[in-house]
Amino acid sequence: MIDLFKFFGKGESKSKDIAKERLKLVLIHDRANISPKFLDMIKDDIIKVISSYMEIDESGLDIRLSRIPQGDDTYSSALVANIPIRRVKNMGPNKG
Amino acid sequence: MGEVIVITSGKGGVGKTTTTANIGAALALTGKKVVLVDADIGLRNLDVVMGLENRIVYDLVDVVEKVCRLKQALIKDKRFEGLYLLPAAQTKDKTAVSPQQMQELCQQLKEEFDYVLIDCPAGIEQGFKNAIAGADRAVVVTVPEVSAVRDADRIIGLLAANELMDPKLIINRIRIDMVKRGDMMNIDDTIDILGVDLLGVVPDDEKVVISTNKGEPAVLDEDSLAGQAYRNIARRLMGENVPIMDLEMDEGFLAKLKRWLSIGKKRAY
Repeated sequence: MIDLFKFFGKGESKSKDIAKERLKLVLIHDRANISPKFLDMIKDDIIKVISSYMEIDESGLDIRLSRIPQGDDTYSSALVANIPIRRVKNMGPNKG
Repeated sequence: MGEVIVITSGKGGVGKTTTTANIGAALALTGKKVVLVDADIGLRNLDVVMGLENRIVYDLVDVVEKVCRLKQALIKDKRFEGLYLLPAAQTKDKTAVSPQQMQELCQQLKEEFDYVLIDCPAGIEQGFKNAIAGADRAVVVTVPEVSAVRDADRIIGLLAANELMDPKLIINRIRIDMVKRGDMMNIDDTIDILGVDLLGVVPDDEKVVISTNKGEPAVLDEDSLAGQAYRNIARRLMGENVPIMDLEMDEGFLAKLKRWLSIGKKRAY
């Protein structure tokens, strides 16, 4: 069936589109690698937000860009954060 | 006071040297005084692409080390009024000059010439740092392939980190037949990914290989599409508003008919 579509030039995934998608993904990482500042900015903001709910171990915080494999042999980018919690703040029973 | 423009790419083999030679020759054809500087110390090639390899006496390193005066190292291209070449040294390496020395050299050349074009070596190490040190503007050359576009992106980032903002992009060796089949990234795809302004598009042209064989810039060939593209790029560098060449003009009758019949199909450009 796929071959039939290809024959009529429909539903075919063009190689330039594959190139473009792959490039976009790889550049997310390349660009992030150029400026560690970028990740630091995100890190600071995440700490700010989470700190109002829980006490976290800032020195053990690990945040980076990662590639998550999809089912169909492609990858998507993900921001992966590992945040060690010291203590969850007691916000009272109604605020949780 | 002239302007120093560095021509760079990150990846090797995308056509930096050919681009430098042709833009330089095209600028000279419009009456500008131009000097081409080969910053690829140890792997010099601009001389042989220009067909001036037999006339080298002194080189860039000799000038920097004050073995000779700047004027003595400049080779005048007799075919183009106002075009000069400062060749790279072949027996030294990239560490033979420092960014500081390149800055001083550029400053000196700017006073004499309208345009100083620097042919940057491939890579992002010392040679790259030297080549961009004295530049006012940057031109990034790429070809529509993943490896070259990726490296171009990295170079654009590094240029920005060195305060060379808004580099202009040349897409080299584009193949219209492949773009039409959807097997090569088109102009829009490439610009979309890199997010910089387009300076020009150079079609893949056998005539470039032929003219390089002979040591003559392709801009001399009136029939060469690539030569025309380089002449347009030179005019854009000078601030003229020249539309991007319609690269479909050489398509055959059948291809045109096919496009007419395929209703609603998007054009590549």
